[in-house]
Amino acid sequence: MSEHHRGPSYGSIWWWLLGLTIIEVICATQIGAQLPKVILLVGIALTKAALVALYFMHLRFERITLLVIAFTPMLICGFLVFMLMPDLGAYEHKSEIRAEQAHTGSETDKKH
Amino acid sequence: MSEAVAAHAEFEAYETPLTPESWGKLGMWVFLAGDAMSFGTLLAAYGAVRFGSGDWPVPVEAFGGVTLSSLMTFLLICSSVSMVWGLAAAQQNDLAGFRKWIFMTILGGALFLAGQAYEWTHFLHAGLGFTGNPYGSPLFGTTFYVITGFHGMHVSGGVIYLLIVLIKGWNGHFTGENASPVEILGLYWHFVDLVWIMVFTFIYLI
Repeated sequence: MSEHHRGPSYGSIWWWLLGLTIIEVICATQIGAQLPKVILLVGIALTKAALVALYFMHLRFERITLLVIAFTPMLICGFLVFMLMPDLGAYEHKSEIRAEQAHTGSETDKKH
Repeated sequence: MSEAVAAHAEFEAYETPLTPESWGKLGMWVFLAGDAMSFGTLLAAYGAVRFGSGDWPVPVEAFGGVTLSSLMTFLLICSSVSMVWGLAAAQQNDLAGFRKWIFMTILGGALFLAGQAYEWTHFLHAGLGFTGNPYGSPLFGTTFYVITGFHGMHVSGGVIYLLIVLIKGWNGHFTGENASPVEILGLYWHFVDLVWIMVFTFIYLI
């Protein structure tokens, strides 16, 4: 691929990545509320990943085959996380019970 | 036979948008898709274990800050830029530029590994072990070392890959029209950087 592609320069992408990383670190250390922090950090991480994939890996200028190959794992991983949700709920419920028992000093035997 | 050859020569092969321009590049992308699944599974499992745990420590507090890991992230981002400049130099027949930028990429990767080695040593001395730690859930240390270690293995392999390409391409083997192997190498290195972006966010910051 020797032709020069349109789009932002690699240097400008570097500045974007650096700026987003700084914002990420500030958010992680300064924001106390968990949900807004998580949403913001995941959003910034996905933006950075997209910049690397689209411009450094040249996906922006590639044929559709490679785009499909590149994005398929994202869909499957999303499906994987979604399928883990019911288990997450069960673990969270058990953890709440354990935390409550530990707090009240219960001697109930915890069996898995 | 000559008639068949002549008839064949009159037709131009129709290239669909699905046809890869480089089989090597397609092969690397297929490999990266599989590798992405490996990391995705590890991170999904990390999320499942963490959010189901009642005593998971706050990573920023347990790690004593994110200065070193931020610096490591910065190093990998810089090495991604040097990699893409090295590829551009190779494609433009700039042998000196190719050597310089691939060397800088190797340096970035090596410094990242050194930072990770220092970080692991520091954490192990602080009591963050593979099977237990003073901060909370034992799996906090397990997941940290497994995920960062798996990524570190990829960085190590990438540094070796870069060295091989730099040595083999030292006299211009990969410049001009022959720069495809450098592009394929670049795909792998950018993938390593991309994965670290996700690992840094999920393991260190959230």
